[in-house]
Amino acid sequence: MSFNKKHLLGIQHLTKSEILTILNTAESLKEISRREVKKVPALRGKTIINLFFEPSTRTRSSFELAAKRLSADISSFSKTTSSTVKGETLKDTVLNLEAMQTDAIIIRHSASGTPLFLSTFCRSHIINAGDGTHEHPTQALLDAFTIKEEKKRLKGLKVVIVGDILHSRVARSNVFLLNKMGAKVVLVGPPGMVPSEMAHLGAKIDHNMDRAVKNADVIMMLRIQLERQQKNYFPSIREYRHLYSLTPKRFETAHKNAIIMHPGPINRDVEISTQLADSIKSVILKQVENGIAVRMAVLYLLLGGKERDFTD
Amino acid sequence: MTLLIKNGHVKDPCSKLDKKLDILIKNNKIAEIKEKIEGEDHQIVDASGMFITPGLIDMHVHLRDPGQEHKETIETGSKAAAAGGFTSIACMPNTFPVNDNSGVTKYIISKAKKSASVNIFPIAALSMGQKGELLTEMADLIDSGAIAFSDDGMPVSNSQLMRRGLEYAKRGGTLIIDHCEDLDLSSNGVMNEGHYSYLLGLQGIPDYSEDVMVARNIILAEKINAPIHLAHISTQGSVELIKSAKNKGIPITSEVTPHHLFLDDSLLTSYSTDLKVNPPIRTKQDNQSLIKAVKQGIIDVFATDHAPHSPDEKGVEFNEAPFGINGLETAVSLILDNLVNKKIISLNRLVEMFSCNPAKILGLDSKGKIKIGADADLTIIDTEKKITVDVKKFQSKSRNNPFNNWKLKGAPVMTIVSGKVVYSSLKKPFSPKK
Repeated sequence: MSFNKKHLLGIQHLTKSEILTILNTAESLKEISRREVKKVPALRGKTIINLFFEPSTRTRSSFELAAKRLSADISSFSKTTSSTVKGETLKDTVLNLEAMQTDAIIIRHSASGTPLFLSTFCRSHIINAGDGTHEHPTQALLDAFTIKEEKKRLKGLKVVIVGDILHSRVARSNVFLLNKMGAKVVLVGPPGMVPSEMAHLGAKIDHNMDRAVKNADVIMMLRIQLERQQKNYFPSIREYRHLYSLTPKRFETAHKNAIIMHPGPINRDVEISTQLADSIKSVILKQVENGIAVRMAVLYLLLGGKERDFTD
Repeated sequence: MTLLIKNGHVKDPCSKLDKKLDILIKNNKIAEIKEKIEGEDHQIVDASGMFITPGLIDMHVHLRDPGQEHKETIETGSKAAAAGGFTSIACMPNTFPVNDNSGVTKYIISKAKKSASVNIFPIAALSMGQKGELLTEMADLIDSGAIAFSDDGMPVSNSQLMRRGLEYAKRGGTLIIDHCEDLDLSSNGVMNEGHYSYLLGLQGIPDYSEDVMVARNIILAEKINAPIHLAHISTQGSVELIKSAKNKGIPITSEVTPHHLFLDDSLLTSYSTDLKVNPPIRTKQDNQSLIKAVKQGIIDVFATDHAPHSPDEKGVEFNEAPFGINGLETAVSLILDNLVNKKIISLNRLVEMFSCNPAKILGLDSKGKIKIGADADLTIIDTEKKITVDVKKFQSKSRNNPFNNWKLKGAPVMTIVSGKVVYSSLKKPFSPKK
């Protein structure tokens, strides 16, 4: 398996074959997490910094455990306030951390483009753990991994993504990835959150959920942020739920083997009914489990682990 | 002191001069314009193969002085202007403190007298503190040397304030310049709204955030019959509105910057903060529409909106970086290369837009023309000279220019202000006296 990228900045920058390499590698790594001793020496001696400028539970722990299961040393920093406020620029913060001889920096930041910005002056591998409203590549990879696991393919599937697409890095990365892999993506939500011009990203746009979910193979619901209401993207949660919540009635019109996904955290009974979130059709917790395998694969491929280090 | 410029081709559409002529400068004024002037006693510049134009004027510059001298000062900004071929610049009031009182205006003028290489004309704020609430003392500011009024990057959202300002400005025959932007529509946008903002996940500024304010300003200019100059027009929509306003004879003038003419939002995929500017870099279609408007005389002026920021300020996340492009030292070459040398516009049109028109709009009667008795402000242009933009060699204190490394044909080679050579890239600026 060859993987020549230095950084993982986004799905946009990956080829189809690079995506497949990551997914295949994740497949071989997944069983490690089910072992009695969940650890292999693949990245022993490597130092990774987990640098989170936004609150996160899932992604942060997922990266942390992925690194640990590959025996890398990982140190996590959480800063909910930008260091700019304290008078230190992001560049200075990162250069200081890098001076501790890091091999990789995993970054989550509220400003789009920040991972690319770091890659212009950093020596370490940069891994994007979510940048603003731009990309969240490992989420799209774990989503693809999960869809593949459930559906055995990506090509030709109808994937409907519902919610605040405009502000969603998960949606963007998924559109890029699913497009490259030949799935058909439909983006659904109120007009302000799903501008028609987003069709150029490679998706169909529909503001009518009832129509969009018909015969869908995958329905991916996004968390709706309540503060968007203040900016008049939609008039009320009540009306949002009425038009865009995934209810059993709407779900019935999807393909009979359709699966339900959500990157979390869920607003129960807002964008998705509790009944469906907990149903057998929901793969939400499988997504979380697969997140570790996919992030192990990304770290392993970028940091140049050897295959023999994890195969028996 | 006398200076004789020989063998140059004089290009001045304002005075209708378009041939080889010698120019003699005496006591800071143009003294003689003739086919042959003998030059035994004079200092001589040989302009063979070059064009002599009235001194170029940039009516939209940020000098950052007082208050942000780490970005630029009156001295460095005026040196940058001279190197860019400009003999006069008008500077915006968004200094610290804001130029909203005669004290600041006088400071700028007195510092310019001591340290500036080119003529500096302060534009005062329209409202106190650029807050959009209370008018500044316009008459006092004019008496102190202010040449026009603008709240610049803090657009006048309050239409009543704009109305009162126009009525009051009309009384003194002075000009209001407006940055046209509906701040609610822009919300916290950082780039043009459209395909690329969606692709990059950056908050967009829709083109109609400019268009709606252009429309409002046109309506006010018509109703009050007072001139408004529209700063840095960037959209096709604005062009269409301005075109119809001009056809109706409404007193509207406008300017366009090189970056809005030659850069489009697809470049933002680099997330380069040097491309972060307000109004934002628009689409290729807007570029074409603006170029056409320049050609057809719909837009009157080329201006730079020179907005220096230090490398540290620009060396941050895209959302955090300040808006602005450092433009004084690349503007003329960009227009020469992309429009004049490609025969999209004539050199005459360049001179109109860089000199005659800004002089007329700002009411600078003795500038913007080559005429006996006019100020001896001249720019010498070599349309064949090849340059490579190198921000490290800028006279400006800052480096935030997205045209770095561009190869361009055509450049200003000498800048003369009041008969004094303030910039020259010629190997031997002066011929030996015979």
